[in-house]
Amino acid sequence: MRELMFDLKRIAGLLGIRAGSTRTYLVVLLLMLTGIFSIALPDQFFRIANLQSMASQIPELGILAMAMMITMLSGGINLAIIASANMAGIVTAYILTHFIAIGTPATTAALVMMGAVIAGLAVSMMIGLLNGWIIAYLSVSPILATLGTMTLIQGLNVLLTKGYVISGFPEPIVFIGNGLVLGIPLPILIFVACALFMSLLLRKTAFGVSVYMMGSNEKATLFSGIRVKRVTLKIYALSGLYCGIAALIMISRFNSAKAGYASSYLLVTILAAVLGGVDPFGGFGKMMGLVLALLILQVISSGLNLLGMSAHLTMALWGGILIFILFLNQLRDRLGHAKS
Amino acid sequence: MRAKAIQFLRSAEFYLLLIIIGLGVLLTFLTDGFFTLENLFDILVSYSFLGIMAVGLMVVLISGGIDISFTATATVAQYIMATIIIKLGGNWLIAFLLPILIGIGIGAINALLVYYLRVHSIIITIATLNLFYGVLIFVTRGKWIYNFPDWFAEGFSLFEVETADGTIYSFSLSIIALLAVIALAALLMNRTSVGRQIYAMGSNMDAAGRMGFHLLRLHFFVYCFMGMLAGIAGVVQAQLVQTVAPNSIVGRELEVVAAVILGGASLAGGAGTVLGTVLGVTLIAVMQNGLALLGVSSYWHKVVIGLIILASVSITAYNQKLEERRHARIDV
Repeated sequence: MRELMFDLKRIAGLLGIRAGSTRTYLVVLLLMLTGIFSIALPDQFFRIANLQSMASQIPELGILAMAMMITMLSGGINLAIIASANMAGIVTAYILTHFIAIGTPATTAALVMMGAVIAGLAVSMMIGLLNGWIIAYLSVSPILATLGTMTLIQGLNVLLTKGYVISGFPEPIVFIGNGLVLGIPLPILIFVACALFMSLLLRKTAFGVSVYMMGSNEKATLFSGIRVKRVTLKIYALSGLYCGIAALIMISRFNSAKAGYASSYLLVTILAAVLGGVDPFGGFGKMMGLVLALLILQVISSGLNLLGMSAHLTMALWGGILIFILFLNQLRDRLGHAKS
Repeated sequence: MRAKAIQFLRSAEFYLLLIIIGLGVLLTFLTDGFFTLENLFDILVSYSFLGIMAVGLMVVLISGGIDISFTATATVAQYIMATIIIKLGGNWLIAFLLPILIGIGIGAINALLVYYLRVHSIIITIATLNLFYGVLIFVTRGKWIYNFPDWFAEGFSLFEVETADGTIYSFSLSIIALLAVIALAALLMNRTSVGRQIYAMGSNMDAAGRMGFHLLRLHFFVYCFMGMLAGIAGVVQAQLVQTVAPNSIVGRELEVVAAVILGGASLAGGAGTVLGTVLGVTLIAVMQNGLALLGVSSYWHKVVIGLIILASVSITAYNQKLEERRHARIDV
């Protein structure tokens, strides 16, 4: 028994769960919520179907939240994530539906599919680069720059699709969002890969250190010899790329692309980041916190959905929870100050 | 006097005016319908509620914040007002007083949150936008409201002019409200102590606090003013289109943001004028009207607004950077 406790402690330690850290609170909160919903919905919450639907929803929101998080860590924000993702999805969908017909040979089709995926990722990365360039080289504040690109790209999305849905993709593309690899949904694997990659990037590379430094004090970072402009470009390009990956999962899951998909996710990505311990002013925040926050939000959303709560009320609730979390953060800061 | 004239020739407002005039001349040549009294009057009436909200947003931007939730405020205010005057009856006093009070109430919530949570107001107001709008749609199930009482449906006007061809131009509710709001804001921002304190707070919040300005009170004032104008805009819009649809104003936030930023207000705070805002709204209105008259599909409108936002913020930021470089000195 004692050995088991020790093992648990070690595992917890490896995951960064220590007394008093944000992650500990998040784990406790997650366990509490899971407990509450499994009591309130005794034979529904832990059903395979529900767990599967939860697992299928986390990746696209999660990867979008990572796209938001890295910009927030550097003291910026990317309001254009949803618009970028939709544009990437529309470009991919357009290529897939216009260059593959029933008679197309298999090799050509495979090339077109690869081309479509790469084009989608490239488009969203270009949007990210554009954001980064406007912010770094024209010195526009991230809020305004991404507000502008968001409006522009949303407009372009509607213009390109005329408001219609582009649907009907080949089998391999549908597989990305719905397939199983070794019994695990492929989107989950992509999500884990994205999370690990960004986490390593943030913790183990010079780039990661500069991101945190920029978020704490951009001027000091500049004076310490870091090329802040290049780092900004990279941050927003990476953010854009992640939007593209999320888009790929999203269009494949829906088997369609449209200008208005996921429009309610913008708030939720900010919420996930802030709940996960990312400082809205930048400089602090870890991947593990974000992942825990995503699990918590998914548990709440699935639970409420099973309880029959309307989607609009859930939207209102996200707003309320975000404000509540900000309130708790503020309270903790003040108490911390009082102690010291 | 001369110094003032030169200052005006160098201001953002002057360039904006030139662009509007240029665009107007261009549209007059390109289309038959643009430079007619009827069309210009239509633009004025149909963009008045956006103008009212833009003036409110300008004050928030000057104070150093931003408010995205005003469209939800306007919708909540007009929805409650419409429900009450249809179910219980009422008069113009109630039709205006109720939305104004609701707007001030919601504004007060925003002010408290922005002041105490110390997070950028865009994050707070994105949250409150979702909160208020979500609750409204949930409670009302998104139903539209028609069948206003006759007195509300007819509206009112101070005087009417009938031209030779029988068209009636009336100095109606929308125009009166817009002019009143513009006058109020101009007076407030330029001639009162509160107005100047808001500029000071936007330029440097810490300094303003140490000067002894009551920052919480100023926050209340700014966000409640925005809420009040959103409430008024809600009434004006409801009277104009004769329906209340929960999704008709929400989603147009960025048009208003674009107009105000175009008018020279900066997100960093401390800058912005009523004249600039009015010109900004005018430019957006003329541009959208022109695109429609030219037969460009409405799908282009948002693209154009995005381009306008990007161009105007980029030019402003770039100019500022050049200006800083010009004044930069190396202190040894």
